[in-house]
Amino acid sequence: MLKQLKELRREALSELNQVNELRELNSWRVHHLGKKSKLTQILRSLATLPLEERKKVGAQANEIKRALESGLVEKKKFLEEIHLATSLEREGLDVTLPGRPVPIGRLHPIPQVLEEICDVFKNMGFQVFEGPDVEWDYYNFEALNIPQWHPARDMFATLWVDPEMDKESRLLRTHTSPMQIRLMEKKRPPIRAIMPGRVYRYEATDVTHESMLYQVEGLAIDKDITLADLKGTLFEFSRCLFGEERKVRFRCDYFPFVEPGVEVAIECSACHGTGCRLCGYSGWIEILGAGMTHPDVLKRGDIDPEIYSGFAFGMGVERIAMLRYGIDDIRLFYRNDLRFLKQF
Amino acid sequence: MKASLKWLKDYSDIKLAPKELARKLTMAGVEVKDLQITGSTWNNIVVGKVIALNPHPNADRLKLATVNLGPQQITVVCGAPNISHGQKVPFASVGAQLIDGHTGKPILLKPAEIRGVLSEGMVCSEKELGISDSHEGIMVLPPEAPLGMPLRDYLGDVIFDLDITPNRPDCLSIIGIAREIASLTEQPLHLPELGYEETEALIDSFVKVDIIDPSLCSRYCASLIMGVRVTSSPGWLQQRLSSYGMRPINNVVDVTNYVMLEYGQPLHAFDYHKLEGKQIIVRRAKNGETITTLDGIERVLSPDTLVIADKEKAVAIAGIMGGSDTEVADKTTSILLESANFNQAIIRQGCRCLNLQSEASIRFDKGLNPDLPLLPLKRATQLLLELAGGKAARGIVDVYPGKLEPKGILLSAEEVERLSGLKVPLAKIFKVLKSLGFECQHADSASQILVVTSYWRSDIRCTADLVEEVVRIIGYDKVPVTRLSSPLPKQEPRLSLRAQRSNLKQRLRNILTGCGFQEILTYSLTSLERLQKLSPKFELKIPPLRIANPMTKEQEYLRTTLCPGLLTTLAHNQRIEEKSIRLFEIGKIFLPQGNELPQEKEMLCAALSGPKAELSWHGNKEKLNFFDAKGVVENLLNQLGLEATFGVSDDESLSPRRAANIIIDSDKVGIVGNLHPRVAQAFELSDAVYLIEMDIDRLLSKTIKVKQYQPIPRFPSITRDIALVIDKQVSYQQVEDVIRSFPLVKKVTLFDFYRGEQIPEGKKSFAIRIVYQSPEHTLTDEEVDIIQKQMLDRLHQELGATLRS
Repeated sequence: MLKQLKELRREALSELNQVNELRELNSWRVHHLGKKSKLTQILRSLATLPLEERKKVGAQANEIKRALESGLVEKKKFLEEIHLATSLEREGLDVTLPGRPVPIGRLHPIPQVLEEICDVFKNMGFQVFEGPDVEWDYYNFEALNIPQWHPARDMFATLWVDPEMDKESRLLRTHTSPMQIRLMEKKRPPIRAIMPGRVYRYEATDVTHESMLYQVEGLAIDKDITLADLKGTLFEFSRCLFGEERKVRFRCDYFPFVEPGVEVAIECSACHGTGCRLCGYSGWIEILGAGMTHPDVLKRGDIDPEIYSGFAFGMGVERIAMLRYGIDDIRLFYRNDLRFLKQF
Repeated sequence: MKASLKWLKDYSDIKLAPKELARKLTMAGVEVKDLQITGSTWNNIVVGKVIALNPHPNADRLKLATVNLGPQQITVVCGAPNISHGQKVPFASVGAQLIDGHTGKPILLKPAEIRGVLSEGMVCSEKELGISDSHEGIMVLPPEAPLGMPLRDYLGDVIFDLDITPNRPDCLSIIGIAREIASLTEQPLHLPELGYEETEALIDSFVKVDIIDPSLCSRYCASLIMGVRVTSSPGWLQQRLSSYGMRPINNVVDVTNYVMLEYGQPLHAFDYHKLEGKQIIVRRAKNGETITTLDGIERVLSPDTLVIADKEKAVAIAGIMGGSDTEVADKTTSILLESANFNQAIIRQGCRCLNLQSEASIRFDKGLNPDLPLLPLKRATQLLLELAGGKAARGIVDVYPGKLEPKGILLSAEEVERLSGLKVPLAKIFKVLKSLGFECQHADSASQILVVTSYWRSDIRCTADLVEEVVRIIGYDKVPVTRLSSPLPKQEPRLSLRAQRSNLKQRLRNILTGCGFQEILTYSLTSLERLQKLSPKFELKIPPLRIANPMTKEQEYLRTTLCPGLLTTLAHNQRIEEKSIRLFEIGKIFLPQGNELPQEKEMLCAALSGPKAELSWHGNKEKLNFFDAKGVVENLLNQLGLEATFGVSDDESLSPRRAANIIIDSDKVGIVGNLHPRVAQAFELSDAVYLIEMDIDRLLSKTIKVKQYQPIPRFPSITRDIALVIDKQVSYQQVEDVIRSFPLVKKVTLFDFYRGEQIPEGKKSFAIRIVYQSPEHTLTDEEVDIIQKQMLDRLHQELGATLRS
């Protein structure tokens, strides 16, 4: 019996050695460890053996069973590894093949830049308000110290809905500044607001001129707001949008609804201030107009200029986008050519 | 405004380099756009005099010119046709840097042998000197040009090209700019000394001035000079006018122009003897009254124009242009000089009516100070006497009905600091304002000064104006940089309508870009034709608001829909590249409301066309269809937490039966559908186009609700699939509505739709998965069987549906 067991063990292990596939392994298991296998039969027949022999054969048979079982586990693990490796090899891809296209949508560059601008001011506590594109002469001009026949009307080539008659003529707003008055009519100081929107100009288009533009108007009114605060606010804006190193120029300029008036320019990106075609050889590129809200404008908003002061600014979004992306033709924005739009 | 540095130096001691001066002026609000330096390269060029001209021995067209250069004489070859004996000319010696007359490139003058004669130097043309493009002949200098003087000293100059803001007509003058420079550089200003001899006869006996409407002419001053001789002006005067870009005419006209450029006050000279009745009347033109202006054009006037008239007729358009009848000509002997102040509005009105502008009108229409006219008149009279001879009548006519008592403005150092943040001692404020020519006095209170505006400024009306003056002269770069320190205004509640609207628009833009749509922005203005093209019958749904002065037909009307812009953009891009295109715009449309401002309504419009996906090896070359568009709508609404139903739309821009209204809680929020082929054709679109349009405010009204949490179901659901055969005419929505009307129906999904062979003619089949779930207990099959039985019965009774076997 022991000899038979020995033989059984040798035979089983040598067969296991030959097994190369998981399917074969299963039949090996059935054959050598299954209910009908010789080993199982021997183990079942143990009871019929005399005690002495039963002990010896039993120990031997159990030892063989354990050896075969552990051989099986090892072999199974081994074969599974091989199987996985072959199937991974088989399922390998040409990873250089292009992926499945997913339709791509992007935002127009102007709203992207507009949002950046608004974010900078929102972080400084400014709130966003919007107003109508079609305005009364009153809000666009008269209330901003530009009555009819005022020379400053030359600064705004206007598209009129009604003929230019009086303050009740309708027009397409030439700047976002009418929102200053509209806001003051509704809000009391402290006011800190930005007012983005479309503005329109009666202007033939070329590389630097468009008939429709986006502007962001700003207004801050409270006690003790100074020109120095305006300077600080706009310098901070420029720092956030154009970077620490970019030089900023803060000079006197004229807009009828502010006094003192300000123009802010940044150092030309193309020539770094030495002067080139882009900046008209001045080294500077104007980015916005600003100033301290004119006392008459405050009065029209029913705010006492002796108690309160404030500043206002207005900037063109296209100009800033052009500087940001190096765009040299403003008409590209509203031509909506996908070859242009897909770059942003 | 062009200003010559040489001329400026007459009034102010300028020591700064031109570039630094330009920077200072620009910073202070007088922007220098450009600097033109003439003569900086003129070495070895001097003023010479042609003293002899002899024929060239070997060439007919050339001459040998002997030029006196002061210390020496030189003979050179010259081919210019205009050279003549006695001329003063610019003469360049060997080594001078010139511009080649033919190539336009810089050259260095070398000795040359021309047809056998050695020539060591040349008489130059304007082009060779780089002054202009004129190369037809040599440049001829005025006779008084000093012999032997380096040309750089005689003609060299720096011309500042200035951008003067509309509030500073005083800077449309050389003295005005010189005053700015003097103040900015803390140097004195030297004004011309005025004084001339007058005759015994009083001017009042020669001329009478009437101002009909003092609101249109607040002041009229005039002087009279008799016995003048009209000739051409001396060279220095011509040069100064040229530096500004003005053409010299004769000594009288040139003097009026010179003084206008000098002081900023326009003047006009009349031929006194041609004035009928020796009378000046300032009045509105009569309707249809005509005048021939100095430019030779006969103009028909209206009462919107102010004229200067004599007893008979209009002799000048006030402040704009003189009339040819009273023009100063060679035979003129007596001059009536006008220096007046006209209302800026009437000048602008006149310019607009006549479509005419002049150097005078661009000054008057900015609003000049009525105190200004007197000094310039005296200056011009003095210059005329010097340059044209004659005698001035005693006194000056000065009709000044608009005279106002000067009003002082109180200013304190505190006010300067309150507005500017700049601490300036009162003494410094005093000094700065003085340097600008303002009258300053210490006021009753020691902390304040009383400031009275100068006679040339018309823009100083309040303390803020004075604060700007102080700060800009001290320098905006001296203003400290501080941050807003005032309290923040109350922040907008997140649930306010305004916040929600902006939030909704932002989300829509993000969702649509996520769905592969490119955002575009199109003009608010469009053409009538484009709006009409949206209707197959070429009719307008809403009459749009028209622009009174459109630039082009393309931009004549305010858009009443975003579609035309979107479709035009789509067509443009289709022409460039044939591919899958998805575009959207969120923007305003303008709906007229009578004489009120139009309603500005925000809309979302999207269009898609072409293949479902870009060309790739993954296949899927299928074209986009209606259900892609509808899928976008459903996805979008789903992300907003909304669910819509879709009803047949009769929008005429869309194909009938291929268009749906998007309905939420029985309100239409938009449409989705296939663009009508006629409309597609009109916009020159290739491929089928699908359009989505939604009303932002209506959408907002549906999303404004605060979301309410629903507990996650605790009990398992039961799923049943049914296949229905039903009449073709019955819509899927009808079927789903019946199914959804039963309790415990949690979800209904159509997973197959079939028409064809295995189904009877005129029928179709829907395969629908229904999920049942109870929030209270675990459903049993028996419960679901009962519901489903009732459901099938009703589907049969109401819609004629049967189960597909």
